[in-house]
Amino acid sequence: MEHHASLFVKSVFTENLALAFFLGMCTYLALSKNVKTAFSLGLAVIVIQGITVPANNLIYQHLLKPGGWLPSMIGSDIDLTFLGLISYIGVIAAMVQILEMTLDRFFPPLYNALGIFLPLITVNCAILGGTLFMVERNYTFGESFTYGIGSGVGWALAIVALAGVREKLKYHDVPAGLRGLGITFITVGLIAMAFMSFSGIKL
Amino acid sequence: MKFLRRFLDRIHPLFDEGGKLEKLYPLYEGVDSFLYTPGEVTGRASHVRDGMDLKRMMTTVVVALVPCIAMALWNTGYQANLAMQQPGIDVQAAEGCRGSVIGMLGSGYDPSSILSCVIHGAVFFIPVFLVCNIVGLGIEITFACIRGHDVNEGFLVTGMLLPLTLPPTIPLWQVAVATAFGVIIGKEVFGGTGKNFLNPALTARAFLYFAYPAEIVGETVWTAVDGFSGATPLGALAAANVETGMTAITGGGLGQLSVSWNQAFLGTMQGSMGETSTLACLIGAAILIFTGVGSWRIMAGVLIGAMGLSGIMCGIATGADAGTFTNAMFLMPPQWHLVTGGLAFGLVFMATDPVSAAMTQTGKWFYGGLIGVMTILIRVVNPAFPEGVMLAILFGNVFAPTIDYCVLALNIRRRKARNARAA
Repeated sequence: MEHHASLFVKSVFTENLALAFFLGMCTYLALSKNVKTAFSLGLAVIVIQGITVPANNLIYQHLLKPGGWLPSMIGSDIDLTFLGLISYIGVIAAMVQILEMTLDRFFPPLYNALGIFLPLITVNCAILGGTLFMVERNYTFGESFTYGIGSGVGWALAIVALAGVREKLKYHDVPAGLRGLGITFITVGLIAMAFMSFSGIKL
Repeated sequence: MKFLRRFLDRIHPLFDEGGKLEKLYPLYEGVDSFLYTPGEVTGRASHVRDGMDLKRMMTTVVVALVPCIAMALWNTGYQANLAMQQPGIDVQAAEGCRGSVIGMLGSGYDPSSILSCVIHGAVFFIPVFLVCNIVGLGIEITFACIRGHDVNEGFLVTGMLLPLTLPPTIPLWQVAVATAFGVIIGKEVFGGTGKNFLNPALTARAFLYFAYPAEIVGETVWTAVDGFSGATPLGALAAANVETGMTAITGGGLGQLSVSWNQAFLGTMQGSMGETSTLACLIGAAILIFTGVGSWRIMAGVLIGAMGLSGIMCGIATGADAGTFTNAMFLMPPQWHLVTGGLAFGLVFMATDPVSAAMTQTGKWFYGGLIGVMTILIRVVNPAFPEGVMLAILFGNVFAPTIDYCVLALNIRRRKARNARAA
């Protein structure tokens, strides 16, 4: 339990996907204009991360890794991990579609709240990044679930904070050449500097 | 003084529209309004409720900083003079031109003489202060001239806060680079005073911290005497093991500090120039709260957050077996957290910066609490940073707009519900 708690804290703060690894920057910069949208997107990322990372964990552990269920069924110690990227992306796309249809059928309010952001998430590199980190660190199924939720929460936290700052910046007198994405990049850099407070924490 | 007024009036046309020096108008205007009350008065009914303008607000902060500056001057010299008396330290005078200034004034290196300490401190503090202000004001005036906004008093406070958070041995070129970073990236790119979302002084300090860690952390930077190494209390405890515990600070044995709580409260210990004295910060806090410039809600929030969390941690750690944890920082009681490091200074002067703090009254409590909790967390849990206040306040600044947003959204929802019931 303690191990999972520290993994959670680590994935939210120390190894924040957006501010420590700068993953998912396209959506992070493009959709952080107001807090409400950012919050919906963050929520969608949490849900998707919580589903896809454990799902990909099953695929990796049982179907791809040498010594997993499928390779040993075939009867030799073949290594299928070269199929990793394409299967993870496929799983992410499929999961997003299934989730979208489920929400549309059973939870229309949530479906409407998440709106366009659900399909958009398929191509968010933070999602694939989470899965690849899971593979690289060889997490167990339980760990991958904690890591998925944690990294999603971290990304959501980062985008909500950026959106808050950007809503405030709307009224600011930014030099003409820096308006728009320019000042956003500087803002993200400064926010990442504040998040440096967590670097070096060993849990 | 009449002469000065007449001089300013005489050169005024030069800076007016169409004048020769039209581009430099902000510079003229800045000097004029710094020396005199602005001449322009609103012609119609105005909406001023209070004489408290930006100028008076900033001046109040400067006044509140005076005790800290006085302590910075004295304690920097006192620590250096004390270090020179230590056995094994063969330093007869301060290095270079600093030594010649002291030699010229003939004040000597006597730790018991207040004058000698203040002069020895001043030769370290004043250059840092001057570099910081010249660079900062230069940038501010350049931006004001190019972008056509007024030079205002905002930088005065930044220019005082930044030197106070630096160690005396800091190379002056680093002060210049950090000030430039803080003022340009932290403030001017967002549109100048009042538009920044991070505190510029802290941005500069954090920049130094990450860019040149060798000159701002460690045991040798805090006292400007060659060969002397003295850790700050937080640094000493962070390096100690659990069995030693708090005696690493109070013990006075080999490799231990001998700083009592009273000493730490008064500020006669190692640390950044202006932040050692909790007493000086308390006087500043009283001035800020009394004049209404600093928010007491934020100060109380930070205090509650920091004292609460450190109390819980200390309570658990003293009750537990020494074998179950390895981090001596858990053993530091709340009253010690308050007087060591920059907590008091950050709490009073940095967290309350009205621009980068939360704006709503409820939000201020949460904002303060977040900073307090983060400070203790970084100090205790993160071995890389024995000092946590700076980063905690930056972290608070980042989340301040979001906190405000939530407070407003909740308030709107509550009022909507109330109206729906009434209707």
